[in-house]
Amino acid sequence: MTRTRSTAARRFQTGGPACFETRGLSRDFGEGPTRVRALRGVDLTIPAGEVVVLLGASGSGKSTLLNILGGLDRATDGDFRFRGRDMTRINEAELTRFRRDHVGFVFQFYNLMPSLTARENVELVTEIASHPMPAHDALDLVGLSDRADHFPSEMSGGEQQRVAIARAIAKRPEVMLCDEPTGALDSATGVRVLQALKRVNRELGSTVLLITHNAGVAAMADRVIILADGQVREERVNDAPVDPEALSW
Amino acid sequence: MSGGRRDMAAALPARLDRKMVRDLWAIRLQALAIALVVAAGVAVHVVAAGMLDSLQETRDAYYDRYRFADVWAPVVRAPDSAAEALRDIPGIASVQTRVREAALFDMPGLSAPATGVMLSLPETGLAAVNRIHMTAGRRPRTGERDAIVLLDGFARAHNLAVGETVMATIRGGREQFRVVGTALSPEYVYAIAPGQLVPDPRLFGVAWMGREALEQAADATGAFTEVALTLQPGASEPAVIDALDRQLSPWGAPGAYGREDHFSDAFVSSEINQLDTMASLLPPVFLLVAAFLVNVVLTRLIAMERAQIGLLKAFGYSSSAVITHYAKFALVIGFAGLALGLGGGVWLGRLMAAMYIEYYHFPFLLFELPASIYASSLIVTLVAVGGGAVLAGLRTARLSPAEAMRPSPPPDYSRALGATLARWRRFDQQSRMILRHVLRWPARAAFTLAGIAVSGALLVSSMYFLDAMDAMIDAHFNLANRQDVSVTLVEPRSRAALHEIARLPGVLAAEPVRHAPARLRFAGHEERVALTGAPQDASLSRLIGADNLPVTPPPGGLILSRDIATPLGLRAGDWVEVEITEGHRPVFFLPVSNVVTTLIGSGALINISDLNALMGESDMITGAVLRIDPDRADALYTALKDAPGVAEVGLQNEARRRFQAIMDEVIGASIFIYTVFAGLIAVGVVYNSVRIAFSEREHELAVLRVLGFSRGEVAYVLLGEIALLTLLALPLGAALGAGLSWYFSRAMSSDLFRLPFIIDPSTFGYSALVVVVVALSSGLMVRARLNRLDMVTALKTGD
Repeated sequence: MTRTRSTAARRFQTGGPACFETRGLSRDFGEGPTRVRALRGVDLTIPAGEVVVLLGASGSGKSTLLNILGGLDRATDGDFRFRGRDMTRINEAELTRFRRDHVGFVFQFYNLMPSLTARENVELVTEIASHPMPAHDALDLVGLSDRADHFPSEMSGGEQQRVAIARAIAKRPEVMLCDEPTGALDSATGVRVLQALKRVNRELGSTVLLITHNAGVAAMADRVIILADGQVREERVNDAPVDPEALSW
Repeated sequence: MSGGRRDMAAALPARLDRKMVRDLWAIRLQALAIALVVAAGVAVHVVAAGMLDSLQETRDAYYDRYRFADVWAPVVRAPDSAAEALRDIPGIASVQTRVREAALFDMPGLSAPATGVMLSLPETGLAAVNRIHMTAGRRPRTGERDAIVLLDGFARAHNLAVGETVMATIRGGREQFRVVGTALSPEYVYAIAPGQLVPDPRLFGVAWMGREALEQAADATGAFTEVALTLQPGASEPAVIDALDRQLSPWGAPGAYGREDHFSDAFVSSEINQLDTMASLLPPVFLLVAAFLVNVVLTRLIAMERAQIGLLKAFGYSSSAVITHYAKFALVIGFAGLALGLGGGVWLGRLMAAMYIEYYHFPFLLFELPASIYASSLIVTLVAVGGGAVLAGLRTARLSPAEAMRPSPPPDYSRALGATLARWRRFDQQSRMILRHVLRWPARAAFTLAGIAVSGALLVSSMYFLDAMDAMIDAHFNLANRQDVSVTLVEPRSRAALHEIARLPGVLAAEPVRHAPARLRFAGHEERVALTGAPQDASLSRLIGADNLPVTPPPGGLILSRDIATPLGLRAGDWVEVEITEGHRPVFFLPVSNVVTTLIGSGALINISDLNALMGESDMITGAVLRIDPDRADALYTALKDAPGVAEVGLQNEARRRFQAIMDEVIGASIFIYTVFAGLIAVGVVYNSVRIAFSEREHELAVLRVLGFSRGEVAYVLLGEIALLTLLALPLGAALGAGLSWYFSRAMSSDLFRLPFIIDPSTFGYSALVVVVVALSSGLMVRARLNRLDMVTALKTGD
């Protein structure tokens, strides 16, 4: 079963706590009759160094889960640990610190700063991170070193998304949280973006959590978690994850 | 609250109006900030223009109703028969002769003598010219010897009621008078002792008494000492003055003069001119700022509502309907500001009228707004906010529905002004974002900068008045007039009189003064002046030159103040024709050795021995300036009240104290008001700028938070821009304020005083501090929103 895992994943897995552990995680929006239960007691253990794909229909709670794990939102109930540390009761400043030092985000909409060039967008993060890689290396990893001095308005969607990935990996994050990173891209461009993510997982050993609507993408994952109605409906381990190059949609 | 809002919205017929009410509610603080700027502009306009109008109307009605004279002609003493011939001078409407005599009042509770004037009233009937307005009691009856009517302000300052008595010295004779009434007079709207700076109702009094009684007291039986007259419409004042001087010269006439040289009227007119300057200069500044704010706020609103506008157009609303919608939006803000401004302006105007009436004694002064001011307020408000709105609305008209419904493309920074400049490696990325944002929208940044600078400039220029007044007080009291007391004699006396004065109790030093009325002529121009003869080594009362050192005329020479020299076209080195208008009326030429700037009053200085020689008199004086022992001041005052031959006593310390007090009150109030208004501009500009920057960049800021930037770091990106613009605006505002102050120093100087162009460094410091505090608090108001920034919601949209 672990035969096909990447070497980095194996390195993280030997001993040490899991990357994320949740117990009875719940999140309600609104109150009284308008209350929506986005998560209803999610129990998960995500080992470090894996590529994990979260699947589920709209409203299944995927993004809510990702936002809580990334420190953008707080659970209404339940516990969640990051590498053994209880994250449910830390304060706002510690959450900010957590995002800054440990988490790389990639979103469907690239969320680059339009007033900064590709390199500067990456440097925005490297300037505040504790052990960043040079911005140039991060752009190199996503194959964009030759576009470093272009503004977002001068780049294609795929290029912008790869800059967003470079920005996320430049801090050498322990975990990459990606919400529909290929959602706005065509198939060929989407594959390049997924390759970049896979490479980060392999070379930096980052745990990658990836939300997608696209069930095909699940083939590249070490672990697939399917959410429905705010609960984990199915969790399976993929014995033979394929290279993203083999994917298409 | 929200229920009420919904009801209000539902009451409006058109759907678009309902949208407008909701949109307005959403940006209520911004709208309020703009409305307040509009209100400030309207209020300044209402106060200045309304006060100007009220003062003018009141003055004109008062002067007309009480037959304020057009021309005064003093004489030493002329027989009543001399008046008959005056009636034949063409252009004269009415003539009134009277007796005017200096008096010293000995008021209970006041150790110092109060200087004053006694004026005669006709024995029967009302005066033909310069009637008085009775505020209490009655006029003296025919033959009533000891009855006087006191100037209302003087009586009130001493708590004197009708029926009480007053001691006064007239030509050395001390008498007791009975107050039978109190009155106001158009001649004493601004009741001020000759040569004083500000009115002091305790130390300057006017009393009216029956003609025969005053003739007796003043040694002028069957004679008059002054003629006051009104002119027929269209009559030439200079011609009448010439004729008067010719006919009255046998009676020792120093020269007739018109209203321009009348002390009270000169002050009232100078005040009216100052209001005029204020009324024309300030309101446009406020309304320009308001127009700019309406424009940027609406432009932003329209940018945010692009899709809605596209939808409206797709539904078939015309471009003009959409423009009208946004114009209405602006008009609601404009009308709110207009209403606030009118209300606030009338309220301030009434307060100001109440303050005016303390210094300008009209029988009535109602602050009333003529319809024209309502109309002009309405029009300027419409132009300001409407203009701003239409410019913003025109942009929507150019959008096609399909284009409008697509999200606007991301802003392109690659071709902005500073794309390369801002690549400088030393910036961190947040600073780079700030700089690029400024450079990407340079016009908007420039307007914000200009708005903050204008606010700073208003503060500098309003506080400049304090600096100017301090400089005036210092120059006038500390450098030029260092005497404690000045004494004026009833008539010229030999130098022995100086020694008598010097021997009075408490006098430490006495310097002689010889005043003589004169006319200066040069190159076809003529000016009335009071020549002052002073000793060569005068140390108390002097003229001060450009280097702040005293200047003395060389033997046979004359020093003039600039306000006299300039209208004559005289410069140092010129020879000027001098006619002394008393005694033998000698005419001679003198070289002008120096022209100096006096901040208060005028000066024509000559050596006292030269003046006496030119007048063909031996050592004569008309008064003295004294330095006294403050501990023995009361003894001196008592002696002066009893001294025969003393006509007037001026107390320098009292004058200084009073001047300071009035300036603090009047200028202090204006500075407070202008500080508030300047603050409103700063709040309006800064709050709106930051608020708009926030709404434009909310998404960016949320992403920064997601990336692990702390609230403080994100606030830096948002507020750094306004901080940068504020810092840039400070020197600009200082320069603009200096320019405005320079303009005020020119525009507000009059014959009575010159405002020096001096700005204390602390004025710049204080103005900068106010601007920074206002900018900071506006920034902090928006920072509170930053703390509530919802990262998850922001990320759901692509923007």
